[in-house]
Amino acid sequence: MFLPLNLHSNIFYMETKDLQNIASQVRRDIVRMVAQVSSGHPGGSLGCADFLTVLYFDSMKHSNAPFSMDGKGEDLFFLSNGHISPVWYSVLARAGYFPVADLGTFRRLGSKLQGHPSTDKKLPGIRIASGSLGQGLSNAIGAAETKRLNGDDAFVFTLHGDGELQEGQIWEAAIYAAAKKVDKLIATIDYNGRQIDGDVNDVMNLGNLAAKFTAFGWIVYEMDGHNIDEIKATIAKAKAGAGQGKPSVIVMKTEMGKGVDFMEGTHKWHGSAPNAEQLASALAQLDETLGDY
Amino acid sequence: MIEFEIFGNKDTRSGFGEGLHELGKSNNEVVALCADLIGSLKMDAFVKDFPERFFQAGISEANMIGMAAGMTIGGKIPFTGTFAAFSTGRVYDQIRQSVAYSNKNVKICASHAGLTLGEDGATHQILEDIGMMKMLPNMTVVVPCDFNQTKQATLAIAEHEGPVYLRFGRPVMPIFIKPDAEFKIGKADVLIEGTDVTIVACGHLVWKSIEAAKVLEAQGVSVELINMHTIKPLDKETLLKSLAKTKCVVTAEEHMRAGGLGDSVAQVITTEFLVPQEYVAVNDSFGESGTPMELMTKYHIDAQDVVDACLKVIKRK
Repeated sequence: MFLPLNLHSNIFYMETKDLQNIASQVRRDIVRMVAQVSSGHPGGSLGCADFLTVLYFDSMKHSNAPFSMDGKGEDLFFLSNGHISPVWYSVLARAGYFPVADLGTFRRLGSKLQGHPSTDKKLPGIRIASGSLGQGLSNAIGAAETKRLNGDDAFVFTLHGDGELQEGQIWEAAIYAAAKKVDKLIATIDYNGRQIDGDVNDVMNLGNLAAKFTAFGWIVYEMDGHNIDEIKATIAKAKAGAGQGKPSVIVMKTEMGKGVDFMEGTHKWHGSAPNAEQLASALAQLDETLGDY
Repeated sequence: MIEFEIFGNKDTRSGFGEGLHELGKSNNEVVALCADLIGSLKMDAFVKDFPERFFQAGISEANMIGMAAGMTIGGKIPFTGTFAAFSTGRVYDQIRQSVAYSNKNVKICASHAGLTLGEDGATHQILEDIGMMKMLPNMTVVVPCDFNQTKQATLAIAEHEGPVYLRFGRPVMPIFIKPDAEFKIGKADVLIEGTDVTIVACGHLVWKSIEAAKVLEAQGVSVELINMHTIKPLDKETLLKSLAKTKCVVTAEEHMRAGGLGDSVAQVITTEFLVPQEYVAVNDSFGESGTPMELMTKYHIDAQDVVDACLKVIKRK
């Protein structure tokens, strides 16, 4: 139903149904990838499948032919919470950055698809390593500053976990971006309320996130991370509102484990893989729309 | 007679400042970041003449390193500047993941390294930074010895593709490297040729070793002095050639024994050409407040310590 993208994807128009179909396949990829190596992080990956699908198949101007590390003229994306690599790898493969068959090498010895994203194995689509949390916002700000110097008006996007906001470096970066008017930057927070040890509110409550970012000088948007049309509209709004001297952040409400009933409503699938029986149950809930890898 | 032409007295950090300013003029891709220490890093001239390419990160070193890594995406060559303590220990994880593992073209420029920072005391006197940086794959580690060489090294690392740690300091010391000397990363300078003992030194200990060599010469001991300005990759060829002649080595550095230049040299001699070695380095201790020269004496990294180590190692041959 669609082909790998050769040029800037946002010149194509995708119906909501098309994007939902892609997201469904991405979810199948995620659970199959983690199940085959009995490791990895399915919970947050499933929760961000809709967002990353919209970003790569609708919102971002980007190119995979060939992948350019410098990405001049392209919108860039930084995954700061690198542990949800399965969703990123699936979306990149489905967007034509590398063969979907490579998803079968995830976390295996010698694979380009490392447990956490890295550049050393030259996987197309990855521009910097992530995994140790809290660094992606700084990386993205640096990339945005370089774009400004280069006269490149493309956007820089990031994704962060909500638990990740407990890292101090995030707030160093948040102060910098507002103080220095880094305004082509659109950060998104996966606000699923869960982290490894339990609910974020119990582990270390973040308080009022929107109010915090507002106080830090950011433009704040909120959206439902599982409503394709709302994701499209919110990103479009953030892009339209950018360039006015303030960075933007989207607080995205999601459900960890979204799409697989037994993975929803708990933090337990943050970093655990399903067994064969659980995998079968998960796959029965997710339509194979584009063909499994 | 050991004699060196002296080109005045300056601090190595000023060599960095001059080199950076020159890069501002010669290389449009060079950008500079600083964490609230422009004056201490001697970055003023760059800031004044290239304000659009200067990024004040405030007292946020982690963000500064992360940003510098991101700035390479799109072709910039970022030079970060802060004290050595905050350039390494404070941001080790950011350097490890965003710079070294990601192999980004970031130049981490670190001033006020070692004991010679002086009166500020042990919180700021980092003595572990060479070890931390040299352990990182992809990282090049450069420790120039005087003002001229620090300027030359600053220019050279801009031409080198990949992460670099450049370490320099605060005290005013004699300038003895020629202003037009060639600086090549990974290629050590043999400053004095001799036959009885090899001294391998870096940073401020190179001058101290010159002083020591003069004392030893008066006692009839012939010293070969290697200025090992690049700790990684280490110039094994120059080292082994010298050891074949002298059959013993003293390493001298303003750093902890563990993990510094001495350990890099020890790895070479234990695996390739076994000779006695003595260390002139700080021995598992934090520093304290004092003048730079008082501290070098108290912590046994002074010229006399180099002399003593040479006499000791020659006896062990």
